[in-house]
Amino acid sequence: MSTAKDVFLEPIFNNNPITLQVLGICSALAVTIKLSTTLVMCISVIAVTVASNFLISLLRDYIPTNIRIIVQMTIIASLVIVVDQVLQAVAYDLSKSMSVFVGLIITNCIVLGRAEAFAMQNGPGLSALDGLGNTLGYGLLLVLVALIREPLGAGTLLGYPVLHTVSDGGWYYTNGMLLLSPSAFFIIGLFIWAMRTWKPEQVEDPEYQISSDAQLMETV
Amino acid sequence: MVDSKAFNKDSISNILIVAVSVCLVCSVLVAGTAVALKPAQLANKQLDIRKNILRAAGLMGEDSLPGEQVDELFGQFSVKIIDLKSGEYNDEIDIDSFDQLKSSKDPGLSNALSGDDDLATLRRLERYSLVYLVEGEHGLEKLVLPIRGYGLWGTLYGYVAIEGDLNTIAGLAFYQHKETPGLGGEVDNPDWKALWAGVKIFTPDGSPAISLVKTRSAAESTAAAYEVDALSGATLTSRGVQNLMRFWMGDMGFGPFLKNLSKEA
Repeated sequence: MSTAKDVFLEPIFNNNPITLQVLGICSALAVTIKLSTTLVMCISVIAVTVASNFLISLLRDYIPTNIRIIVQMTIIASLVIVVDQVLQAVAYDLSKSMSVFVGLIITNCIVLGRAEAFAMQNGPGLSALDGLGNTLGYGLLLVLVALIREPLGAGTLLGYPVLHTVSDGGWYYTNGMLLLSPSAFFIIGLFIWAMRTWKPEQVEDPEYQISSDAQLMETV
Repeated sequence: MVDSKAFNKDSISNILIVAVSVCLVCSVLVAGTAVALKPAQLANKQLDIRKNILRAAGLMGEDSLPGEQVDELFGQFSVKIIDLKSGEYNDEIDIDSFDQLKSSKDPGLSNALSGDDDLATLRRLERYSLVYLVEGEHGLEKLVLPIRGYGLWGTLYGYVAIEGDLNTIAGLAFYQHKETPGLGGEVDNPDWKALWAGVKIFTPDGSPAISLVKTRSAAESTAAAYEVDALSGATLTSRGVQNLMRFWMGDMGFGPFLKNLSKEA
């Protein structure tokens, strides 16, 4: 049985849901254009995952095996709707700019993944901690991506200008590509590369070996 | 907690009990939150509408102002409901509860549009519309009208502000659209929106002539007064904006109302 500290810290670096498991990429592309939306997204995902892991763990002895995914989804979906409603009430502008992506937390693989893989087997306290660790690992990476995308793409950070853009009479030409989704793919890819260079044990074994091209060898 | 011998979590009765109780608890939770937060959400929505109107009228920048300041600025507007067809005020409808977009889908409060009438691709047009007026010492100073129309990917929703002469655009702002970021999405670009100020709406014979063009006519020609630069790389969005402006300024839209207003003045 893993200790509480491991459960909390492992997913942040060693078993990061984005860089190692490559989960939750969809929202990582969509909400990291601005740091403000990224932070709201992270807080929402943290709240949903911690609460869903806790509740599902409490109920784990009662949830029938046959309908466990449905029960998990019902609980997760309800929590997401609650978070969405709260956002609309307290941070209307942000919730508008995030449009459907708050609702799409329901389909975030990390939430259901942790419920199914961890909360169904462990106690409520440990499960909540596991949810927190995983979503902090997810959030950390999202914030890092947003920290690159917003300043280079729009010259601002949290809406405050950090690089003086040409359109405001400054020197910085904004890089529009960083505002488009593909740039997040590149950035996340670079992060995964950096992460696996730092921790080589995260590199996956190749599933198959590319054979040498026999014909080519003969012609040479 | 669980009596391992007597309790079988995979029994049919337990499946039913868990399914029903999870659904009940979750629905109560969701419904409770929705009801409890409704007033705050409605207030936010109203504030958002007011901000958009103020932005279109050029009374507020892109920055967010605190709610009280928005309400104070908005206080100079008088809100009225008009009958689009006759162009006359309607005092019978309660302004606070009137939802214009909802009414455009209600068969009792809207008419179907077809063919050439449906320039802005709306399909249904509401009978009544909200209008926002700023009255000054010398009569009408500014008029803000809700507009919408189909662009490339979806409907653009916005407001247009018109000067007191009822023939000059003061400003334009879209608050919701689905156009491509960087191309059609540039309808939000402050530099482009600034081009709209001073553009004339009607030709001398009273038909709307706003055009989004690739090349502006020579400044001294009569056509130049009605022209705005189209958005680069966004032909269909530009065409959509031109169509929706012509539609809403025309006889099907606010044309009758604007004629009535200019008669009064």
